[in-house]
Amino acid sequence: MPDSQDAPAADLPKARIATASLAGCFGCHMAILDIDERLIDLMALVEFDRSPLTDIKKFTKRCDIGIIEGGCCNEENVHVLQDFRENCDILIGLGQCAIMGGLPAMRNAIMHSDEPLRECLEEAYITGRYIRNKTHNIPNDPALPLLLDKVYACSEVVEMDYQIPGCAPTGDVIFETLSKLLTGKFRGFERETIKFD
Amino acid sequence: MAEPRLIEISPLTRVEGHGKVTVHLDKEGMVDEARLHIVEFRGFERFIRGRLMWEVPVIVQRLCGICPVSHHLAAAKAMDMIAGVDELPPTAEKMRRLMHYGQVMQSHVLHFFHLAEPDLLFGFDAPAEKRNIFEVIREKPELGRRAILMRKFGQDIIEATAGKKIHGTAAIPGGVNRNLPIATRDQFLKDIEQMEAWALESLALARDYTLSHPDLVLGFAAFPSHYMSLVREGDGALDLYHGNLRAIDIWGGTIFDQLDYTKYHEVLVEDVRSWSYMKFPYIKELGPEKGWYRVGPLARMDTVDFIDTPLANAARDELIATNSGGATHAILANHWARMIEVVHCVEKIRELLHDPDLQGTDLQAKGDRREEGIAMIEAPRGNLIHHYKVDEKDQVTYCNLIVSTTHNNEGMNRAVTDVADKVISGRQTITEGMLNHIEVAIRAHDPCLSCATHALGQMPLQVELFDADGAMIDSRTRDA
Ligand code: SF4
Repeated sequence: MPDSQDAPAADLPKARIATASLAGCFGCHMAILDIDERLIDLMALVEFDRSPLTDIKKFTKRCDIGIIEGGCCNEENVHVLQDFRENCDILIGLGQCAIMGGLPAMRNAIMHSDEPLRECLEEAYITGRYIRNKTHNIPNDPALPLLLDKVYACSEVVEMDYQIPGCAPTGDVIFETLSKLLTGKFRGFERETIKFD
Repeated sequence: MAEPRLIEISPLTRVEGHGKVTVHLDKEGMVDEARLHIVEFRGFERFIRGRLMWEVPVIVQRLCGICPVSHHLAAAKAMDMIAGVDELPPTAEKMRRLMHYGQVMQSHVLHFFHLAEPDLLFGFDAPAEKRNIFEVIREKPELGRRAILMRKFGQDIIEATAGKKIHGTAAIPGGVNRNLPIATRDQFLKDIEQMEAWALESLALARDYTLSHPDLVLGFAAFPSHYMSLVREGDGALDLYHGNLRAIDIWGGTIFDQLDYTKYHEVLVEDVRSWSYMKFPYIKELGPEKGWYRVGPLARMDTVDFIDTPLANAARDELIATNSGGATHAILANHWARMIEVVHCVEKIRELLHDPDLQGTDLQAKGDRREEGIAMIEAPRGNLIHHYKVDEKDQVTYCNLIVSTTHNNEGMNRAVTDVADKVISGRQTITEGMLNHIEVAIRAHDPCLSCATHALGQMPLQVELFDADGAMIDSRTRDA
């Protein structure tokens, strides 16, 4: 294996990147880690601000790029997304959940149901077999954030600047997008690089 | 029935945070109960109804991108049963096993190096900006690079066997849709020695950390509980892909053993509580108070009789020798157990790579259709249960899932209560130290909150303190 590389020139201003996982499965964040060794190169260009990959919970500075995984299924997701829009110059929707709701949004469209969310909750906590529910209530507590009536795509809530399709997008595509955005060379993708399963 | 609270989209302010803990005091100001709330809800069990059976292994893994292979394979195993297939062609079973060992390896490496290592390396009290993998890469480039390459090896195995690193498509009802080309196999064989050497060094790191911090390890939320995992049929060996169910009590005695896992509902029940979307499973015969148990790497070390690969087995013997009989309750020893399993996975991967069955062409078996399929697998974080019914049009009519983190729900809540009682009883404010302790207690259980919610090990935490009348007296959020 090659030895580690020398640290890059220390005083180049680095771009700040923040990431958040809303109603996603974390797969898109795993795909960011699939950048693999190139993470080390990327570290020369960027610094991470708030992100579940770091321990930073609130924005410490304005960020150049915000990356969002997942759509919005509860009030907290909306709040975080708005916070990202306010604090990031460029906001990127990463993966199908951010772009169009993805798997969680399957609950928006249960056939023959006027109240899909209620049906999902009842199946999980009341009518499901092998459960014990003494109160026959659906979990409901001030500590739980309010659920939205349905799962929303990020672009339904705030303006998004770029969307990277895929479930999950590959580490290659993510690396390309970031490094080209950071060097001002981003012109979109070749169709082949973003084809699906 | 209480109304679930629904809102239209509109700006609402509330502190965000995926994990939330509330602490409830009694009249004397002593901790009555502390709760870990899981605030996300998916509803998968309902909205999967009507989907076609072959779609399920592909869809369900999208619950969790951290260990998607576990869901992919558990669903595929359930669909095998529905397809009437009790035994896969050897090529199919071995491709799936290879995929699973790659998965457990990458997930454990991720947990240890990317998430826990910053704490171990820089200390629990290091500034928040420092506690992350990027800083490890910056300060210890060699260690950072090793972490990246070990995880990459696991991810590459997944890509070769499943088709994609995240959310693959290879497991189908009754088999798989690909084998392993010789050229790909040879690629992996080139790296396997290096992986074994690194796995053993990582194991030594985790073991030494555990043994050199006895106070931390033994004093930390190290209360007794029951444990449960699959064990191999017949000899009780560790088997992450398949086996029968075994549960042991706090003294290491048997609660049930070699139980056919399709009978899980005869021994397990899930309790619903109003304040969390995550349910609370317990062993039926012991009841909700006494019947809770834990799962995961450490639980597996205690429940199995031995490990069928030599290096990992010797390492397990060493771990088991540190407890004074019965089971190992020191939850922080989970790191050690996790690295033993990484060694085991590397040994298994090597064994499989040398097996010509991986180049076989008999990939899928057929059988007589059944309507119900129940499957279990040992996911990185512990036992995972998938249960489906499918009608004659191949459409799902019923689904029940119990994920690893859910099995540990009661244990995590007890750990939080235990810690809260020690550090906050009789006080009126929440200190930074308390946040730290609670976070470590939860993180030690390695909650994959993604399966029910989403937050990587480094959990943003909000803790609220309530008096006996339910009024909030203090609240504190872990900030940068
Ligand atoms: S787009 Fe796919 S990988 Fe990304 S969060 Fe959604 S389900 Fe997970």
